[in-house]
Amino acid sequence: MSNGAILPLCLDGVTFAAGGRTIIDGISLEIAAGPSTIILGANGAGKSVLMRLMHGLLAPSSGRIGWTALEQPGAPRKQAMVFQRPVLLRRSVQANVAYALKVAGVGEPKRGTLVREALESVGLAHLAHRPARVLSGGEQQRLALARAWALHPEVLFLDEPTASLDPSATREIEAVIRAFDAAGTKIVMATHNLGQARRLGDEIVFLDQGRLVERAPVEQFFSKPQSAQAAAFIRGELPWT
Amino acid sequence: MTEALTTALSLLVTFDPKLVEIVLLSLSVSLTAVGIAALLGFPLGAALAVGRFPGRRTLIVFLNAFMGLPPVVVGLVVYLLLSRAGPLGSLGILFTPSAMVIAQTVLILPIIAALSRQAIDDAWREYEEQLRSLGAGRADAALTLLWDTRFSLLTTVLAGFGRAAAEVGAVMIVGGNIDGVTRVMTTTIALETSKGDLPLALGLGIILIAIVIAVNAAAYLTKELAQRRYG
Repeated sequence: MSNGAILPLCLDGVTFAAGGRTIIDGISLEIAAGPSTIILGANGAGKSVLMRLMHGLLAPSSGRIGWTALEQPGAPRKQAMVFQRPVLLRRSVQANVAYALKVAGVGEPKRGTLVREALESVGLAHLAHRPARVLSGGEQQRLALARAWALHPEVLFLDEPTASLDPSATREIEAVIRAFDAAGTKIVMATHNLGQARRLGDEIVFLDQGRLVERAPVEQFFSKPQSAQAAAFIRGELPWT
Repeated sequence: MTEALTTALSLLVTFDPKLVEIVLLSLSVSLTAVGIAALLGFPLGAALAVGRFPGRRTLIVFLNAFMGLPPVVVGLVVYLLLSRAGPLGSLGILFTPSAMVIAQTVLILPIIAALSRQAIDDAWREYEEQLRSLGAGRADAALTLLWDTRFSLLTTVLAGFGRAAAEVGAVMIVGGNIDGVTRVMTTTIALETSKGDLPLALGLGIILIAIVIAVNAAAYLTKELAQRRYG
């Protein structure tokens, strides 16, 4: 991973404003390889926007976002993202994964094996020939994970990947995320679910109204939150998780 | 009236050669025009939906406006282009089926391009982040969306076909309604009605309506089936 590794990712005074509203307000942060990072905060705290800024889908209004090594244009991306609602193509399950590989420039002969591996890693190999859009919500999200992970990216961004799923589908998704984490992919996940943050996170980045309020290891964050906002969030959220 | 209807039906069931010839010419002219318009209209629609270039908005406004082009005006313009003194006069194709294909293509290209732009634009809103995240460029994205909206695009093709098959003004002007050469269903209906030969006009009218209904039913079923199969 050291060769051409894109991590750590550095954010320096990053601000993002849209429609006259500041959504991300001067965040400086370094995301390093290793422990999984949970971006925690209430709805509207700016978690999704921050993820999109880091992933490059949005450009900051001011400030700098820098990867340690630039991704080469045309080369497979070393980062991937899974969205709250997966957008799957109108084709088969395996074609969805193969599509991502094709866009990444992986040649036809190598795709078959990678597709099979990716589908097996999320337990969807038996549905390979199904049309992707008729899968259940949980299966669709697992396919999105397989597609994002087919090339074993260095960093995987997950934006509330289980927010619209039922508990059993959520458990399956969490198991897949843990496996990716164990396989060495850096997980950066946004959630407002405290239970999930505890289960999957090593460290917490807590946002409140677009500001980085607190960053701490999981245990410390939940047992001794340093900020009043984090303490209130933990108190307020716990009964619901 | 009853007599005309009876004669019309007998023309239909006996596959009257004259009637068959007219129907076949109609279909071949309109289907060719639809094919060409789709070949040009899909890429244009995709480029307008996904691309960002100067003049894009203006082009979209004009395309939308041109969906309602009056066929006679299209006929007139194509006539002027193809007439002996016109810029394309040397082709010598005025009053041939080729001229009719050109006129109908001009007529329905805006329909297919504008409707496919709409369908692809809607899909782009849904897919944009995901496709950009995967590293797809705009050209990749346009191709992907063309394939993913294929069932909606089918509907745009049918809208174009319906328009082409039903119009009379453009083919009348550039085709000239020459018996056995450029006479199609709509021009024949117009002519025979004014001549008082109602059976042929009525028979063709029935076929025209049947074709339009059949095509739309097929489209509806295809879309329904595809929706269930592919989501």
